[in-house]
Amino acid sequence: MLPAGDDPIRPAAPTPLAITLDGERLEGVAGQSIAGVILASGRLGFRRTSAAGRPRGIFCGIGVCFDCLVEVDGARDVRACQRRAVDGNVVITQHDALPVPPSSERGGRDD
Amino acid sequence: MANDVIVVGAGIIGAACARALALAGVAVTVVDRGTTASGTSAACEGNLLVSDKGPGHELQLAQYASSLWDGTVARLREELGQGFPSLEFDRKGGLVVATTAAGAGPLLDFAALQRGAGVEARVLDAADAKELEPDLTDAFHAAVFYPEDAQVQPAIATDALMASAQQHGARLLENTAVTGGIRDSSGALVGVQTPHGPLRASRVLIAAGPWSGEVAELLGVALPVRPRRGELLVTSRMPHRIFHKVYDGDYVGAVGSDAGELQTSSVVESTAAGTVLIGSSRQQKGFDSRLEVEVLGQLAAKALRLFPFLAGAQVMRSYGGFRPFMPDHLPLIGEDPRLPGLWHATGHEGAGIGLSLATAELVRDLMLGTPTRIDASPFQSSRASLLPHLTGVAA
Amino acid sequence: MTEVLIIGAGPAGLAAARAARRRGASVVVLDSSDQLGGQYWRHLPAERPSAREHTLHHHFRRFQALSRELEQDAGCRVLRNAQVWAIEQGGGPGASAGPGAVHVLLGEPDGTHRERLVFRPDRIVLATGAHDRTLPFPGWDLPGVVTGGAAQALAKGERIVVGDRVVVAGAGPFLLPVAAALAKTGSGVVGVFEASGTPTLARGWLPQPWQLVSAGGKAFELAGYVAGQLRHRIPYSTGRAVIAAHGTDRVEAVTIAGIDADWVPIPGTKRRIAADAVCVSHGFTPRLELAIAAGCALGPERFVTVDDGQQTTVAGVHAAGEITGIGGVDLALAEGEIAGHVAAGGTVADPAVAGAVRRRRVFARFARRIEAAHGIGSGWPAVLEADTIVCRCEEVTYGRLCSIADSTASRSLRALKLSTRAGLGICQGRICGRSIEELLQARTGGLGDGSSTDRRPIAAPIRLGELAAGITAHPATDHLTDTAKGTQ
Repeated sequence: MLPAGDDPIRPAAPTPLAITLDGERLEGVAGQSIAGVILASGRLGFRRTSAAGRPRGIFCGIGVCFDCLVEVDGARDVRACQRRAVDGNVVITQHDALPVPPSSERGGRDD
Repeated sequence: MANDVIVVGAGIIGAACARALALAGVAVTVVDRGTTASGTSAACEGNLLVSDKGPGHELQLAQYASSLWDGTVARLREELGQGFPSLEFDRKGGLVVATTAAGAGPLLDFAALQRGAGVEARVLDAADAKELEPDLTDAFHAAVFYPEDAQVQPAIATDALMASAQQHGARLLENTAVTGGIRDSSGALVGVQTPHGPLRASRVLIAAGPWSGEVAELLGVALPVRPRRGELLVTSRMPHRIFHKVYDGDYVGAVGSDAGELQTSSVVESTAAGTVLIGSSRQQKGFDSRLEVEVLGQLAAKALRLFPFLAGAQVMRSYGGFRPFMPDHLPLIGEDPRLPGLWHATGHEGAGIGLSLATAELVRDLMLGTPTRIDASPFQSSRASLLPHLTGVAA
Repeated sequence: MTEVLIIGAGPAGLAAARAARRRGASVVVLDSSDQLGGQYWRHLPAERPSAREHTLHHHFRRFQALSRELEQDAGCRVLRNAQVWAIEQGGGPGASAGPGAVHVLLGEPDGTHRERLVFRPDRIVLATGAHDRTLPFPGWDLPGVVTGGAAQALAKGERIVVGDRVVVAGAGPFLLPVAAALAKTGSGVVGVFEASGTPTLARGWLPQPWQLVSAGGKAFELAGYVAGQLRHRIPYSTGRAVIAAHGTDRVEAVTIAGIDADWVPIPGTKRRIAADAVCVSHGFTPRLELAIAAGCALGPERFVTVDDGQQTTVAGVHAAGEITGIGGVDLALAEGEIAGHVAAGGTVADPAVAGAVRRRRVFARFARRIEAAHGIGSGWPAVLEADTIVCRCEEVTYGRLCSIADSTASRSLRALKLSTRAGLGICQGRICGRSIEELLQARTGGLGDGSSTDRRPIAAPIRLGELAAGITAHPATDHLTDTAKGTQ
């Protein structure tokens, strides 16, 4: 994130806040989205996909792709790019494994 | 090509009948105004149930069908190969739960009757029920487990049956609507008119689900099949916490009733994709598929009575379809005595997916004159309970 | 007094609100964000005011004046954090005499105990806008690959850049403002790679240049971007595309290739460039689900069909902005003004909207030329490999999509969605839908069931508990505006 002093549009000095992501403390400023706080900390991927366990983070940035889902203060499936960070938010990354298929079905898929 | 049978409707009933007939060496052509599985078969839940049926002819048909599913799924996998998508067939069992004290007695009585008819219906105590479903509400008054209940992905199953039918020689004509019938000089039905020309056959089988009445009318007879709308909710993917089909005990009452106004009864289950499927409603409102928030709200509220933890689940989509409803609550299978050459396989209400395989074998046996495994006469259109609802043949 | 409900507070919605108020209607404006302005005027939050913010935007002062006017107008209620999740059609079983019942969740996005409201207005104006259309390519699912809209939202809304060495690629004039926003936020933009080749661009931009002049501000706007491009020394290449992104857990490099007029990569033109972020946008997809839910017909180009007065095929429902055709801010403002005016009882012939009618004509013509210059080439699938993800939510690969289409021989889009899972994830086909449809059309030889991926009766996710709770608040309740702002 552009430090306020270097920013050519000179926004007012920000009010700091802190959240935790999987227990780790991240600092941000009031007005940032949770995705913005995470991105500013240098993390690009903060969810793992269900089938292949691949990392995802922000993709569309405007709330239509649902890639950036996180759990916030116990609520799952929150779009990090749409939710403003609040000081003290407990954020957990999501990775929902698929149900194990019944034994008669195993080996039937080709991926 | 000389057809023995034209099947009108490429949903699961039409596909299953086409396959059974083709396997028996019958020359079959399937026609559909849309594509395979473009109607109710792709807009439903995929229930293969015995739990919701009391002793009677429909239960018999369901037990017959249940005996066929495992073998058919295995045979389809052999025929179609590993590249074909999984039918997601899962004999996961169904847990019926009475959420009110008043509902406990009737549920247990019903289960006893079902056991008398050969259904495995195990009464569970609270601890056993919670072991099967740890996240089930604590507030239930009786629980019965039906290990025979199963789930299948209905659109994929329809595609699979149709692909198999074609492998065995059935012909499929999609986007081909039936516009009328073809009669011979004796007035028997010997084919159908379509925008692409006439199709002739010894027999025409209507398997058009809730649209069977429209097709029948085009062919000159009236059929009292009516659409009965059902809606379902689908949640986003979540960790797997629901392991069987779980129903509120009032599901049984909704199926058997005639009332046209909204009824909802909860059925909740997980899918192979990790979502949770929540049903189901019943309404008679023609073919009106417009959204009603009140219906969705009732589905949600009743689901939460079974699984309170679902309050935080995100509903990401809803969908619905039209069940083919018969006024006397039995499917219509067999020749139409009013019009030689006309046959029916329709009217399965909410049980068509499961009953498809047995329906197909009955149709095959009746057409070929071979002995049927169960008595098919209860399903004929000449049954007494249906007569008040039938009118005569149009000229 | 006519009650007009406006869904979407971007340029079209805000213009509609002002016009409806000037005609004397009582107006409610809903937006799912906690800010007004839509995507076009995505700006810094209230907690970080900036006196020089207008330098990041176009018409920003106009936007500020417009939103101030509406917020201070007692006859206009603005509800932020208001997510429309369903519309029941008028005259339908939900029993509404007017054009429909609009169901709203009020509260923080993806909240768990939001208020539920329902509005039954006399008139509805749909101004739901659009989102980026980004075509799949190998590696597009790597973190660090984002849409142009994401780059803008982060740069303008949070002063964050997605990376320090950014590649901007895709098609359309939107790539220029994306690069500009990145540059003004301190990012190093490696280059802008436009898919359309120079001849195609020339055909779109050069003929009848007087049209560009009459589009007035548009020419200046573009000139500004081009000047900015030059000032920041950002190379702009045409006939080029990102055909792959590379990296382990995030993007580290891209492969750029020359492409022909159909967007098929030209052999021997590949070049690998290091990059830590890639912004890709191939145009825009209109957000149609609410229009479809309300019963509005779509035209053959899959936009909402509207008449001269911006009325849809549903009486009492109007539409304006990107959902009637991708046309940019000036067209959206003109359409919005006409929609609001007519919704509030005016006619398109009234002198009050003569200027808007003229501007609509000019900017609609302009928009058609953009499409002619930057439309998606039919050969775009040539870059796909068997393991390229085509449905991000459900991780469906191109190979799997094709093999299931082949093995089932299905020609039903609905059945193929169910058998492949493409389009059935939580984004409900917003990102992949149009692409999946095109790929399946090609693979099956033609889909025959008439369904589309634009239809979403549940327009935004709703918690099961919220759905079960029923309606919890009445639209007339005074404190709702505070609830919406989060000051409750």
